[in-house]
Amino acid sequence: MRELGVFDIIGPVMIGPSSSHTAGALKIAYVAGRLADDEISRVDFTLYNSFARTYRGHGTDRALLGGILGFAMDDERIRDSFEIAKQRGIGYSFTPDESENGYHPNTVGITVTQKNGAKYTVMGESVGGGEMEIVSIDGAQLSYAGKYNAVFVKQSDVPGIISGITDVFARHNINIAFMSVYREGRGEKAYSIVEIDGKPTDGLMTELQNVHGIISVRFIGLYDGGANGQV
Amino acid sequence: MDKFDFATGAALIGVCEENGITVSEAMIRREIERSQRPREEIVAQMAENLRVMNECVQRSQQPGLKIMGGFIGGESQKLSQHIRTHGAMGGMISRAAAYAMGVIEVNASMGRIVAAPTAGSSGVIPGVLIAAKEEYDLDDGALIDALFNAGAIGYLIARNATVSGAEGGCQAEVGAASAMAASALCQIMGGSVNDCLSAAGDAISNILGLVCDPICGLVEAPCQKRNAMGVANAVISAEIALATCRTLIPFDEVVHAMRSVGKSIPYQLRETALGGLAKCPSVKHGPPAQCSDCDECE
Repeated sequence: MRELGVFDIIGPVMIGPSSSHTAGALKIAYVAGRLADDEISRVDFTLYNSFARTYRGHGTDRALLGGILGFAMDDERIRDSFEIAKQRGIGYSFTPDESENGYHPNTVGITVTQKNGAKYTVMGESVGGGEMEIVSIDGAQLSYAGKYNAVFVKQSDVPGIISGITDVFARHNINIAFMSVYREGRGEKAYSIVEIDGKPTDGLMTELQNVHGIISVRFIGLYDGGANGQV
Repeated sequence: MDKFDFATGAALIGVCEENGITVSEAMIRREIERSQRPREEIVAQMAENLRVMNECVQRSQQPGLKIMGGFIGGESQKLSQHIRTHGAMGGMISRAAAYAMGVIEVNASMGRIVAAPTAGSSGVIPGVLIAAKEEYDLDDGALIDALFNAGAIGYLIARNATVSGAEGGCQAEVGAASAMAASALCQIMGGSVNDCLSAAGDAISNILGLVCDPICGLVEAPCQKRNAMGVANAVISAEIALATCRTLIPFDEVVHAMRSVGKSIPYQLRETALGGLAKCPSVKHGPPAQCSDCDECE
């Protein structure tokens, strides 16, 4: 069990009305939005189970779009996220799916389309108290609960690539708290999630990008003015 | 084990007595140890939480909040108006109830709130504290201390039971908020550590078994009025403890009982909107209140 601090109880400061249907949903979409490596042109959300039944009354739709727009969970612009997305030229849709699916009660699928035409789908669960878990990217099952800042690496599934990644972190003296590797299939696309203490420098990110076999590198800074707002 | 860590109410009393400190001071020292952050930073973060709570109460007394579900709206101002002219309950308790209802209106309009301990129960603590501030002319320092006190009680409940309506029903959610507010008020009024825990234990005991049955699954009704009830329960529990009418069952045992009662509440009555008020005929045949004009529904 994660050790509870006083601000887990008196806090967080958030936009209502529900930590699971609003704040947690925003965090999932924040991560999904940060994974884009080009401007986002469109986002299509599929809402499952409880999300499907109550998303309007909980403002889950506005919170999800707010997360894509990069808002923190205490940002009052969340209420106006439809208008702001339109101003920024981002198209969106929400599709409720109440089929028997076996997913967690508060699950959302987010398909992001970039200006360059590239597309990806992130699935996430809002597990309560504003906490969330990313459970898959493009069908590859993985787990990221957003407890630490993280670097998401998309890579080819080839020998030696993991040590290539960890080498860069070691050279830049960044401590890796947790690291996990997932792949779509043998020799196909793979993902590394490197959870770190602190923040990577631009130099580290560039070097990582240049490691042979790496497709893309993205930093998810939930705790540095990211979705969680105050550190 | 860290010097200022405590896992139970009994251990908290031990830490306070051994060091001659209040509940809030014990919680501040635990947080310094746990997070390795300086005291000033921790106190400043709590001051910011207090600022948001205050802003939220003030906002709730102004018109124009657009409620997402439309089952509530304007109740806080109506109550404030009513108690000014011919309220049945006097003084601080009725104003605290009005403020608590107002915070739930701000929450339901996608305004900014402090989860305390959750969004659905976020009215109780600001309700009691802001009303107490006005009644007794308290400074921010006393209120920030009171929030650390409330945090200690909430932490003990979360650690040893739950503060989530989905897990333990409303007794866990508004129950925790009410216990936290009762203890905080006790400390403000000069109560001892034992008084604080006695008040917190009584507050939970009084609403043991209360289910979570939100109409249409939204954090509006009956949540708003249950926050008002949570305020009254907190003030009464604090008053009883300060009068040295101690609880018969120690705080830790009450928390344990709440946990086991929560486990025996069927899931239909734990936030799923499948039972209780959520399944009453007037809800089944369409929303019981006029929806506000939020432009969202077809």
